[in-house]
This record gives sequence, C-alpha cells and structure tokens, in this order.
Amino acid sequence: MEIKTPLKDDVLERLRAGDRVFICGIIYTARDAAHARLFELLEKGEETPFPLEGQVIYYTGPAPAKAGWVIGSAGPTTSYRMDPYTPMLLKHGLKGMIGKGARSEEVKEAIRKYRAVYFAAVGGAAALISRSIKKAEIIAYPDLGTEAVRKIEVVNFPAIVINDIYGNDLYEEGVRAYQRLEF
Amino acid sequence: MRKIDCNAISEAVARLVIEANVFLPDDVLKALERGEREEESAVGKDIFRQIIKNNEIAASEGMPVCQDTGMAVIFVEIGNEVYIEGDLEKAINDGVRMGYRDGCLRKSIVNDPIKRVNTGDNTPAVIHYRFVRADHLKITVAPKGGGSENMSLVKMLKPADGKEGVRRLVLETVRAAGANPCPPIIVGIGLGGNFEKAALLAKEALLRPLDDRNPDPDIAAFEESLLEDINKLGIGPQGLGGRITALACKINTYPCHIASLPVGININCHVARHKSIEL
Repeated sequence: MEIKTPLKDDVLERLRAGDRVFICGIIYTARDAAHARLFELLEKGEETPFPLEGQVIYYTGPAPAKAGWVIGSAGPTTSYRMDPYTPMLLKHGLKGMIGKGARSEEVKEAIRKYRAVYFAAVGGAAALISRSIKKAEIIAYPDLGTEAVRKIEVVNFPAIVINDIYGNDLYEEGVRAYQRLEF
Repeated sequence: MRKIDCNAISEAVARLVIEANVFLPDDVLKALERGEREEESAVGKDIFRQIIKNNEIAASEGMPVCQDTGMAVIFVEIGNEVYIEGDLEKAINDGVRMGYRDGCLRKSIVNDPIKRVNTGDNTPAVIHYRFVRADHLKITVAPKGGGSENMSLVKMLKPADGKEGVRRLVLETVRAAGANPCPPIIVGIGLGGNFEKAALLAKEALLRPLDDRNPDPDIAAFEESLLEDINKLGIGPQGLGGRITALACKINTYPCHIASLPVGININCHVARHKSIEL
C-alpha cells in the first residue's frame, strides 16, 4: 500500500500492524542527539526546527553521500533509545516513526493515545533503502554530523506497520506465531 | 628481523575498513542464502531477499552495506621476527581515519561517553594486540555496529549453574534483544577466563567462519544445540516472527578460576564484517 506524508487521519485509521507500506513524501531524520535537543525545546515551550504536526520521523544517521549522490547508505537505527523522548513528540503532533525494534510500554500507550503509527524498516538494508531517498537537506543541528536533522524526500520507502492506533503490535504477534520453546 | 613501515600499515587498515564495510565475507552471504531457503515465514523470507539484494547493491555501487559502519575493532598479531618502524597505534588510527574518509563511511565515535562530541573521523579504534612466533604482522579489521553491541553482556555465573545456566543466559539474552540487534544474528559466546577475557573470547568467536566446526566435540555439540534452541524462540528475521533468528552460534573457551563461570555474549547483526591481511 502506498501512503503519503504528512499522515492524515484516514490513513492512520486504515493502517494495521503487519501492513507493508511504501511511504512517499517528506520525512525528517532524527536520532539520539537530535531527539534530546527537540525534547528540550518542547519542554521549554519553544518551537522545533521543523513542524511536528502530522509528520514522520525516520530514526537514521546516514553514511556520507559519494560525489554526485543524494545520500549514502541510510537504514534504520534501534528505536528504544528514542523512547524517553517520544511521548512528548507524539503529544505535539508527530504521527509516524520509522525505526527498528520494540518500543516501551509508555511509547506504545502514547501511540494509542495520540493516534500515531510506528513503522519498521529492514535494519541493515541501508544501501537498498537509500535508493528510495530522492532529496536530502540538513535543516537543523549540522554540528551533530550524521545525527543532524535532515529533511528528506522519499518515493516508495519500504516499511512495515508494527504498532497501529488500535494497540496491535506486530513484534508480539509475529514471535508468538513461531515460538516453539518455553523456558 | 623484517622491517614493516608504518605507512604500509596505515594504507592496509584504510583499505580493510572500506572493503569490510562494502563486501561481506562469502560464508555470511552463503548463510543468508541458506536462511532464505529455510525460513518458513513469508515475511521472513522476504526480509532475507531484501538483505541479499541490499548486499548486492552495496558491492556493485561500492557503498557500505549498513549506514552504521561501526566502531573499528582491530586485532593485531605481531610476529616476534617483525620490527615495526614508527608508532603502530598511530599508524592504525591514521588508517581508520583515511578509510572512513575516503570510503564515505559514517563517523560514529564520540570523544567522551558523557560529553558526546563526535570525533569526526571515527577514531580512535579499539585495538587488541597479540604477540606470536612468526615473521608477519596480521591485521584483522572487524567494524562493529552499535545496535547489536548494545544487546551484548558479560555475566559471572556460579560453577553450579553449569551448562544449563549458560544455555538459559544465552536464550534470555537473545529473547530480550528481540528485533534490536537486526536478526538474523550471529551469537558469539566466550566461556571461561575471567571478567574481561570472557568478553574478548565472545568477540573473537564472532570472527570464526560461520561454517567451521569447533575442534572440541563437546563444545561443537553445545554450539549446535544452542543454535537450535535460539531458532525455536520464534524471533525470526528482523524480529517479525520466523524460524531463522540466528545464522550461527560460536563458543570460544578458556580455563577459569575454581570459583567462576564467566560468560560473555556478543551479538552480531547479519552484517557480520571482518577482513584480514598479513604484512
């Protein structure tokens, strides 16, 4: 299923854990250090360097682009490290996150409460994923190097819905279906 | 005595960090192909296909397989018949700096664990030296990503915990890691030694070819049964559920104290990178 950013209510209502999606439009990159800064701004009631309302954040720190390229390899990083900051971002209108790995109970609760979706991309498939990135521009925190916030334009960015607005969790369901060992 | 120039060492390290990050070893590629055939979950099979396709793109475009091009972990075997002219540690870090710059590899190292300012050149490397009776200098570069390293641990078990205690610890660690370390993973286990030796044994276990067999038949059987159990956890490729959670499980051992049963567990993602050269 192809979905467009920013994420609108009808799309969020349609998405279910397990759905494979191809994301098109503008998304923003931010990982550990940028999240700490965004969180601090929101705590102080200040404006973030990009609007959060309806937007999608991709947890990645890309490799440098070779000459003539838009971006280098750019796969997802592990999401739980962003958990302490995420509920605050969701409260301020963030509607989508792309990363890998399970979220905390607090984040899953906030995803339900604020009606957002958590997507996973394939960790380590960074060269493949970079092909769906058509434009990239640093818009905040250039001092952070790879951790700077980038505004990127994606076409058919491949992802899978992990947590939907209904409280479903693909990691829990998927593992349950294949687990054959109790200990 | 054979003289080895530090420039040659820097150039070799620079080449190795680039090649390690762009081309995965054949045993890893073969294990991924086998995983794709054996995985029962349709989603899992598709993940394997994406991973294999990704590795092909990286190799043909000369770009890193993963954006996390790791901390440069470097094993150096120094022969007693070799004389190194200059500062070996500086030569290695110069090589890391050159390779990460010229190969468009990501700079992922911060200067201080609390202050956290990026060093901008991926130095310093973590370097392990070993002295051997030989007339060569062997350098192995093993870039290690943060996601899987974060899921690793060292635990001091009691001798009474025995093999069953080790098994439980491994299974609990892999289960708790779930999707975080980018399964299909490789599990490196260090059994014995002491606190720091167990961690190093685990890391060295990750350097073994995935299709080798442990020369100790008891440990070889333990590796096989552990791999079987790990693959019954259901985590599967990328943690989305499936049969293949791990591609391999490797155990390296060392004698230990009468009071201790140290266990190191070092998890590697499917981007299992290492490359060696003898100078």
